[in-house]
Amino acid sequence: MSWTRKLLRVDLDARTCGAEPLNMEWAERYIGQRGLASKYLSEEVDPKVDPLSPANKLIFATGPLTGTAASTGGRYSVVTKGPLTGTIACSNSGGFFGAELKFAGWDMIIFEGRSEEPLYLCIENDRAQLLPAAELWGRSVWETEALIRKRHGDPQLRIASIGRAGETGCLFAGVVNDLHRAAGRTGVGAVMGAKNLKAVAVRGTLGVKVADPKAFMAAVAEGKAKLATNPVTSQGLPTYGTQVLVNVINEAGAFPTRNGRDVQFEGARRISAEAMHEKRPTDGKPNLLRNGACFGCTIACGRISQIDRGHFSVKDKPRYWEPSGGLEYEAAWALGAATGVDDLEALTYVNYLCNEHGMDPITLGATIGAAMELYEIGAIPANETGGLKLTFGSAEALCKAAELCGTGEGFGREIALGSKRLCEKYGHPDLSMTVKGQEFPAYDPRGIQGIGLEYATSNRGACHVRGYTISSEILATPVKTDPLVTEGKAELCKAFQDATAVVDSAGICLFSTFAWGIPDIAPQIEAACGGKWPVERLIETGERIWNLERKFNLAAGFSAKDDTLPKRILKEAAKTGPAKGKVNRLHEMLPEYYKARGWTADGIPSNRTLERLAL
Amino acid sequence: MLVTVKLFASLTRFLPAGASGNEARVEVEQTMSLESLIARLGLPHEQCHLVLVNGAYIEPSRRAVVVLRPEDVIAVWPNVAGG
Repeated sequence: MSWTRKLLRVDLDARTCGAEPLNMEWAERYIGQRGLASKYLSEEVDPKVDPLSPANKLIFATGPLTGTAASTGGRYSVVTKGPLTGTIACSNSGGFFGAELKFAGWDMIIFEGRSEEPLYLCIENDRAQLLPAAELWGRSVWETEALIRKRHGDPQLRIASIGRAGETGCLFAGVVNDLHRAAGRTGVGAVMGAKNLKAVAVRGTLGVKVADPKAFMAAVAEGKAKLATNPVTSQGLPTYGTQVLVNVINEAGAFPTRNGRDVQFEGARRISAEAMHEKRPTDGKPNLLRNGACFGCTIACGRISQIDRGHFSVKDKPRYWEPSGGLEYEAAWALGAATGVDDLEALTYVNYLCNEHGMDPITLGATIGAAMELYEIGAIPANETGGLKLTFGSAEALCKAAELCGTGEGFGREIALGSKRLCEKYGHPDLSMTVKGQEFPAYDPRGIQGIGLEYATSNRGACHVRGYTISSEILATPVKTDPLVTEGKAELCKAFQDATAVVDSAGICLFSTFAWGIPDIAPQIEAACGGKWPVERLIETGERIWNLERKFNLAAGFSAKDDTLPKRILKEAAKTGPAKGKVNRLHEMLPEYYKARGWTADGIPSNRTLERLAL
Repeated sequence: MLVTVKLFASLTRFLPAGASGNEARVEVEQTMSLESLIARLGLPHEQCHLVLVNGAYIEPSRRAVVVLRPEDVIAVWPNVAGG
């Protein structure tokens, strides 16, 4: 079977590393990665724990398909209690680190406690050791990767680390691996920093075994054939990346602009996938150099960009001249439309900063957007920003604010708190476009009703990849639903959420689901894991994971009153586009959603539901 | 009458002469249907996955009966996705 059946427990206080057998009873019920790590966290951590205290734990977890031949099978997740939200936090990353961890023979690493001084963990198959990281502390993600490889004389080490944002307590710091792949959301990097853990370096040569190799290769071949013939996964994503959505969502009138004041951005085309392909007038080269793929992926949606060397943001800064991870849709939106900035090169630079220092570009851009609104209405006095003129549309202000946030200096320390705390501090909590403390992604719930329900109920705060109803409401995949109606959205949202929990727990990428349904994934899991994994069992497992996360959040102190949206989304109508005059009608969807979930009217899983799911 | 046509992603190459960025102004007859416009632009039928008129999605079965009005904005994409 494709679990290694082994986890590594690391005690940062005692500086010990020890192997433990994986709880296979839990693995059978929660699969792996997000589901299984959430089970361990729920069992081992008090939900009321201070996320940045030594009592919180940090789990790096792979899934049973991670490191196998399954397409997109390179994923791992970082699970903890999140400092940005106080909810359970789970952030998913691609690249090559996850597969390498599996090759070294580990399904999971659990970090406990807090080290007195900076350390990093180095794993070479069975051998795991904590090593001093004093020389690495204060270094960027990019420097850290290079220094660790040099120290060990092994260019093939795969490394996940925090940058200065994680060290300095930025509440949306991420964990970055392979230079520009990231467990970006929910502030998992801040927890790592609070533990004085700088990096995890892994080299594995043991491979991954599957239960039924013949059946597995047949299922994998069938899956890959589907990806190779589906127009989205074979053409759209490799050619245009996720960035193709900029114009789609803007035309649909659901592109949150200038901190949600508007729903359409006049500069959208200039920051879109189409623009990334065009030659710049300045140097005759396009922003996009090529696409890139994570481990085992046959889609290859990644963007590798190269900034114009003459652009003000990188002039005299050669480290940003090399090709690196370019803009994805969410980053382009947050750094661009949310701040009103339409300078593609500036957005690419700030995206590099996010990778270099380890920050979530969604929360960074959305928080700078909120700061710009606070500044423009006079709530942030000009003398508090250190000379930073935070006006909407200013590429210079965006770049400077991001630099300061990345290194934890000046006004950047305020940005590093996220928009909820920033807006509260300056007396306008309603201007924070967050749910449970986490910033919205790139879809305005006034123009797409179902995604509003998803934001309101997501177990890690506002999020689109917990239940991507956009697929149906906008992209007509697998079936089209009207984005402006609320009817049927409760069931749609639940279905997406439960299926996504399966994908996130299996070790594969959510983007595979533009071509695959659970019936395509089930035979791959069954052949890899052994036993029987019919679609019904997987969907029930997804529902079990969702309810487990909900239970953690309820125990942490959250309740139905937190399943809501900002006043702007519920009261201020969209000004333009198909949703002109409309707000989000969450009140029509939420009771239906609780009912569909088998929860009480107060949003609590009923005893019957918990029994059905064996929770 | 004039309408605005916007073609994106791999359909960009079907933009008529005189287009700027991803859009062009196109002269059409008063009674022209959406489907007729798509045909006139030479867009492969199977690649017109998302067709929006003034931002609202038009199902494939309705494209023949939707009649264009002056200053309509028609936007078309092949099957794309992101996240």
